Amino acid sequence: MASELRSVDEVRDGLGAVGYLAGESTALVSFLAGKLGKPVLVEGPAGVGKTELAKALARTTERKLIRLQCYEGLDEAKALYEWNYRKQLLRIQTEATDAGWQKVQEDIFGEEFLLSRPLLRAIEATEPVVLLIDEIDKADQEFEAMLLEVLSDFQISIPELGVVEAQSRPLVLLTSNNSRELTEALKRRCLYLWLDYPEVERELEIVRLHAPELPEAVARRLVEVVHMVRGLDLKKPPSIAESIDWARALILLGAEEIDEAVLNRTMSIIVKHRTDLDVVAERAGVKLRQGLLAG
Amino acid sequence: MSARPGALYGGLPEAGPPGFAARLLELADELRREGMAVGTSELLDAFGALATVSWTEQERFREALAATLAKSQEDRRVFELVFERFFFRAVEREAVERGLREERFAGGERLDLDDLRERIRGAIRGGSDGEMRDTARLAIAAFGRQGEGSGVIGVDVQRIRRTLGLKGEGAREPEGEPDPDAVPREGLRRFERHLRRELERAMIERTRSLPPAKPLQDFDRALPGGPLQDLAAVHRVVAQLKRRLATQGQEHRGRRRSEAVDVRRTMRASLETGGVPLRLKHRPRRPRRPELYVLCDVSTSVTSASVFFLSVLHALHDAFRKLRLFVFVERISEVTDVFERERSFAAVSRTIATDAGVADVSGYTDYGRVWLEFLDTVIEDLDPRSTVIVLGDARTNGREPSARAFGAVSERAGRTFWLNPEPRLYWNYGDSVMQAYEPYCDGVFECWTTKQLEGFVKALTETSAVAR
Repeated sequence: MASELRSVDEVRDGLGAVGYLAGESTALVSFLAGKLGKPVLVEGPAGVGKTELAKALARTTERKLIRLQCYEGLDEAKALYEWNYRKQLLRIQTEATDAGWQKVQEDIFGEEFLLSRPLLRAIEATEPVVLLIDEIDKADQEFEAMLLEVLSDFQISIPELGVVEAQSRPLVLLTSNNSRELTEALKRRCLYLWLDYPEVERELEIVRLHAPELPEAVARRLVEVVHMVRGLDLKKPPSIAESIDWARALILLGAEEIDEAVLNRTMSIIVKHRTDLDVVAERAGVKLRQGLLAG
Repeated sequence: MSARPGALYGGLPEAGPPGFAARLLELADELRREGMAVGTSELLDAFGALATVSWTEQERFREALAATLAKSQEDRRVFELVFERFFFRAVEREAVERGLREERFAGGERLDLDDLRERIRGAIRGGSDGEMRDTARLAIAAFGRQGEGSGVIGVDVQRIRRTLGLKGEGAREPEGEPDPDAVPREGLRRFERHLRRELERAMIERTRSLPPAKPLQDFDRALPGGPLQDLAAVHRVVAQLKRRLATQGQEHRGRRRSEAVDVRRTMRASLETGGVPLRLKHRPRRPRRPELYVLCDVSTSVTSASVFFLSVLHALHDAFRKLRLFVFVERISEVTDVFERERSFAAVSRTIATDAGVADVSGYTDYGRVWLEFLDTVIEDLDPRSTVIVLGDARTNGREPSARAFGAVSERAGRTFWLNPEPRLYWNYGDSVMQAYEPYCDGVFECWTTKQLEGFVKALTETSAVAR
């Protein structure tokens, strides 16, 4: 792994090459994660590219991405492993008559009857992988506690089988939308990365990277408008992905300039709430008319 | 940061001077004093991280420390402040000990004021820290020469800024023509920071001693709550709070915690085992959202706080199953429907200011009358399931507090909380009658930072779980 993430600049260039323009701290923390073998806790508003970072890291290091989407009520049967009891039942039925119970019992708790879930898959993998534990804040606190063993020692204890240790160190990313406070114990084991909306220049680069056909002047105006819209008090501010979608839509429409009419027609790409639409129409319209964004 | 780690560590090779580990521990100690939980494992990580990045690159040095030590956004903020202060002081201490003095700019006298102003604006717009630092020194040289330093750094910074006529963009006239002289706000703030630091440095050089380290003031970290502050920032804070509020109380939700068996799901699950219900399925237990009655003081003595309160209310208004909002000064007025109707906070506050009719004659708060009127309006609806929250400073302007009426309210309601925007120190001084109301409340809270607000929200949801 160390051979793949050699220096901070290399990480940044590598991420850039697969279409993810990382900031200084993002590159640095990704680099440290590889070097120190520590999981990274990524926090930030929705749509700043937290999940995308994991995907990009997987692409640039040419590793497999294993993703665990968290939700309320997620338990170890879904995250770690489960015994395939149907298969076990079948085995018992076919063999119990001939072989003794002792033998069957030893038999049915073997790896053959184990269903691996994402965490176990990441640990078992012979090739290093990128493990993404998405929206950890949605899972219950008990689940967090269960993660601790995986994250600090990269091993999983299965009572019937013993301890499964990692074949290779996975690169682990946890994302959180901060909808609840994570436990200290979990944070302690992670490096911390806060991702925020990028500055105008960086977002412009991102948009240009993903929608190169859009004229630069229009792209700049687009990013400025998006930034202004984020400054308004909205239920859901536009994400980076939505800026890119908007840029692509403008290419399709062949827009030469973003004026009020264009904004009104295409606004629903970046704003997804009815009340927000009203706010943006009113406020952004005024600003565009006055050309305050011209400079 | 103008401190030069290179100088600090004497440019020694990888292993690091013996003093380095001690320095880092000192930094950790300072972070702990500011309330961050920096454990040994974090410190070990920090050392591990520093072994892999170059120390001479300031940005990376700081980021590496931050990623290993600061584990939340608030912590990150504190970290930045402490880091700046710590290394600034470390470098200055070294300079004082070695008796180093810097050459001051001598060219200050010859610089034309307009010229200087232009250069500073250019530096701020350009956003280069080095350029800003140099111009900050020039400015200090130009003004220091007049020998008018007040000795208080904050005052000097503002004086220099005023004399230079530096203005932030979009401060006053958001709808009008943009001021060609205005500079980006963020840049201006950074320039002020440079000014402050350079002034401090000059002072240290003059007095040849370091001033004692001051702990970060709560106000540094305080919630953007003042009337001049950015409302959007308040709202962001509150939005987060709201999400937490919505998910809290769900710890008690998991399947195992509830007793009611869900027969339908149990039967369905039993199909897997040939119709034998091996596994019981339970019905999830929904947390009961409390019914809230919120009373908010909007009089002038709490102007800045009430802006904050109102925005909190505005953001919270759809987080509860039932929420009734009241504002009061001399009289009380229900504004629930205003909040439901209006989306934008500005419209809400305008409507309340013009239509609510809460200020009668004097514009002074009359708590006694408010309680009586409130009791009158809601007496039918208050029941043990309801929660009353009062946001106010309990300053009666010498009028009758009618604590008995307030007691009647709290008796009927299940729980009563009081949030006071003043620090606890000021309670019961002057016309504050907090102690008259306190016995009737299930809890009283200071509330002038986000942290306090969050503490309150936690208390609110926790006790609601118990009361269920």
